[in-house]
Amino acid sequence: MDDFLLLLLSTLDSTLRVSAPLVLCAMAGIFSERSGIIDISLEGKLLGSAFAAAAVAAVSGSAFVGLGAAIITSILMALLHGFACITHRGNQVVSGLAINILASGLTVTLGGAWFHKGGQTPTLSGDARFSPITLPGADFLSEIPILGSIYVELISGHNLLVYIAFLAVPVTWWVLYKTRFGLRLRAVGENPQAVDTAGISVTFLRYRSVIIAGILCGIAGAYLSTGQNAAFGKEMSAGQGYIALAAMIFGKWKPVPGLLACMLFGFLDAMAVRLQGVAIPGIGEIPVQFMQALPYVLTVILLAGFIGKAIAPKAIGRPYVKER
Amino acid sequence: MSVERIKAQGPDAVGGQSAPPPSIELPAIELKAISKSFGPVKANQNVDLKVLPGTIHGIIGENGAGKSTLMSILYGFYEADSGEILINGQTKKIHSSRDAISFGIGMVHQHFMLVETFTVLENVMLGAEGAPLLNKSSQTAREELLKLSKEYSLAVDPDAMTGDLPVGLQQRVEILKALYRGAEILILDEPTGVLTPQETDQLFKILDILRSRGVSIILITHKLQEIMAITDRVSVMRAGTMVSERETSATSKNELAELMVGRKVLLEVDKTDANPGEILLDAKNLSYREDGITKLDDVSLTLRAGEIVGIAGVSGNGQTELLAALSGICPLQTGSIDIGSVQITPHALKNPKEFRELSVGHVPEDRHRMGMVTAFNAQETAIMGFHEDPAYNGKILMDNKAVQEHCTRLMQDYDVRPEDPKLKSANFSGGNQQKLVLAREMDRRPEVLLVGQPTRGVDIGAIEFIHKNLIAMRDAGSAILVVSVELEEIMSLSDRILVMFEGRIVGEVAGKDADARQLGLLMGNAGTQSKSSEQQNNNNTTHSEEISA
Repeated sequence: MDDFLLLLLSTLDSTLRVSAPLVLCAMAGIFSERSGIIDISLEGKLLGSAFAAAAVAAVSGSAFVGLGAAIITSILMALLHGFACITHRGNQVVSGLAINILASGLTVTLGGAWFHKGGQTPTLSGDARFSPITLPGADFLSEIPILGSIYVELISGHNLLVYIAFLAVPVTWWVLYKTRFGLRLRAVGENPQAVDTAGISVTFLRYRSVIIAGILCGIAGAYLSTGQNAAFGKEMSAGQGYIALAAMIFGKWKPVPGLLACMLFGFLDAMAVRLQGVAIPGIGEIPVQFMQALPYVLTVILLAGFIGKAIAPKAIGRPYVKER
Repeated sequence: MSVERIKAQGPDAVGGQSAPPPSIELPAIELKAISKSFGPVKANQNVDLKVLPGTIHGIIGENGAGKSTLMSILYGFYEADSGEILINGQTKKIHSSRDAISFGIGMVHQHFMLVETFTVLENVMLGAEGAPLLNKSSQTAREELLKLSKEYSLAVDPDAMTGDLPVGLQQRVEILKALYRGAEILILDEPTGVLTPQETDQLFKILDILRSRGVSIILITHKLQEIMAITDRVSVMRAGTMVSERETSATSKNELAELMVGRKVLLEVDKTDANPGEILLDAKNLSYREDGITKLDDVSLTLRAGEIVGIAGVSGNGQTELLAALSGICPLQTGSIDIGSVQITPHALKNPKEFRELSVGHVPEDRHRMGMVTAFNAQETAIMGFHEDPAYNGKILMDNKAVQEHCTRLMQDYDVRPEDPKLKSANFSGGNQQKLVLAREMDRRPEVLLVGQPTRGVDIGAIEFIHKNLIAMRDAGSAILVVSVELEEIMSLSDRILVMFEGRIVGEVAGKDADARQLGLLMGNAGTQSKSSEQQNNNNTTHSEEISA
């Protein structure tokens, strides 16, 4: 029984680790898309900021300076997206794709030029990384059965950015539904003309939304290279930006369902690792590749058939032009 | 507030005169020499306008006359190239909608500026929330909203989802939105375009109340009867200029029509008695269900050569489905249609193309959705549905020259302007688009012609032309079915009128004897309307995207 609990807890524990960047990116996607700007550049921002965090942390020796660099990089990429889509009314998917390609090429090129490690950044250690935080009372509470183990194994012992990621969900919800900015943001994604005729600038509102998306992606990127791992590796985002996008759509552009979707994908990923090489009675050993493919297969199945119609914000993808 | 001002300015302000002429009052709005161009198009040229406080001022003009542009300038959507705006006698610069709102101007747009997924309260608050956090401001907004609804008898549930409300109520939300922002001057742009006759009556009652509370209202429309029904004064615009201003009580529909178009217009349709011949189309017991809702309920009708049959009814009572069934767009579920010697039943269906080959022409209700592809150029629109005709095709490629010649001829015969076959369909005015679609269908001389909303969003001048052509076609021996939400149009065109209600034909009246009141009772089935007004909501959302330059 105890073994089972520990196994379960450690699987859930790695679920949290794996889903943290997904959650951040999904929240970023919600901010951008609820304002009407399609954001497939989540992936590019994630990769770009992961590189910036690792590179700057390696040089400065501080994870926080790295985090700052990651956020700035990601905001710049978001502004580029905004400039193309909001100011110049370009196609949002094309612009997003361009940013993804740019990030994928530029990180390797710059990494190779600066560090001469084939696109990798130097391995980080000490203060250059976000290290696990032991929450207060962990020693004391570990004595208590079950609840204690949950606290120690599952809740305590993550790095700062994981906590930020999960805190981002209630904050996103609060901003969207409880603030003036959120009301306007949701309105501009549904009917920008209504916002314009109410005397509010559509452009400024949308820029602010994509900038927030940039900040959140920046944190996610820093987590990848200076929290979860100890260096930047080529293409290390590995499609997680897209998975987050899928999770956000799966969650119907809402923060809490989006979180649950991210955690489902994170859980599948954690399971895949856990079940590698394990023989299941009656089935036998499941091939590693199958488990690794499972989250993606499930995404397709879920998106295609099970969640029903995901109703997107009405004005999504449409540049706002004053009609005459 | 403005009420008090009017009172304060009463007789004393003018000295000896007992009944002061209204023009001495300070206008709530005064526009002086407003001009605005979009590239080479002069949308407004030296336009002057005075709106007196506490009155309803109508602005009438054809589509593209510049009414909407003028109001957009007043509401800060565009800035005028030159000219001056005075509000309550003071010169104001309006750079944005925010400025306009702060000067007490509110606008109800033709297409509602509402977020459908928001509650009524959220829509009313948007842009005027007060504090950055919603908790407190939504509480005060709710109280204010309820107070306003009571004061102006504009009942609406603050927590209802806006998109679920019928169109009439959505419009009410727009009016409340403006009042919530403290509007003392309310602009309504073609407010009745999407309303049923009942909802229109309701709206006019509301406007009346607003006027009595001292709100100044500008009503933009191209419908003459509305001007006559509700306004105090009326200004007429034509081709970007203000051509004249009249006291409503001192003018007539005919005079206004003439001012709008710039020549005499026949408002009545000139026609002789019908001379019905053989039965060309005989539909029996048509029923049609969609998503479990009965749209057509045992409808039978016959169309004879040389007659026009009109279908009257509040939109959403099965007219759309009837046209779809008779043109082959919806496959029959029950019943039969005899066209000449051919019988169509649920077991022997024909597709729309085969219906065309049986000489059934169809001018769809919604020309943008079904009548044309707005991105195609005129000559492509002119052959749509007939594009496989060998006359337009070479061995492999289309014969563009033949297509162009055909289109040019249609444009000449049906007075489509500008006469440019290469122009994108979207760039024609509503009336010219409709004439092009009508030309395509009528030019083939079909034995049976089905016409949905022949003049929706069409200028008066073009309406006259379209009506004349339909009558001419009838006299040449075609059977014509007209579906229209404009009761006047049905009454003046039809030789026989069928009234539809909830998918059934509930009455038949000879065209000569028709009486609007009697038809109105049949249309409402003298009973409840709730269901049909809901359907109306769905049917009307896409219509009437008029080109207004």
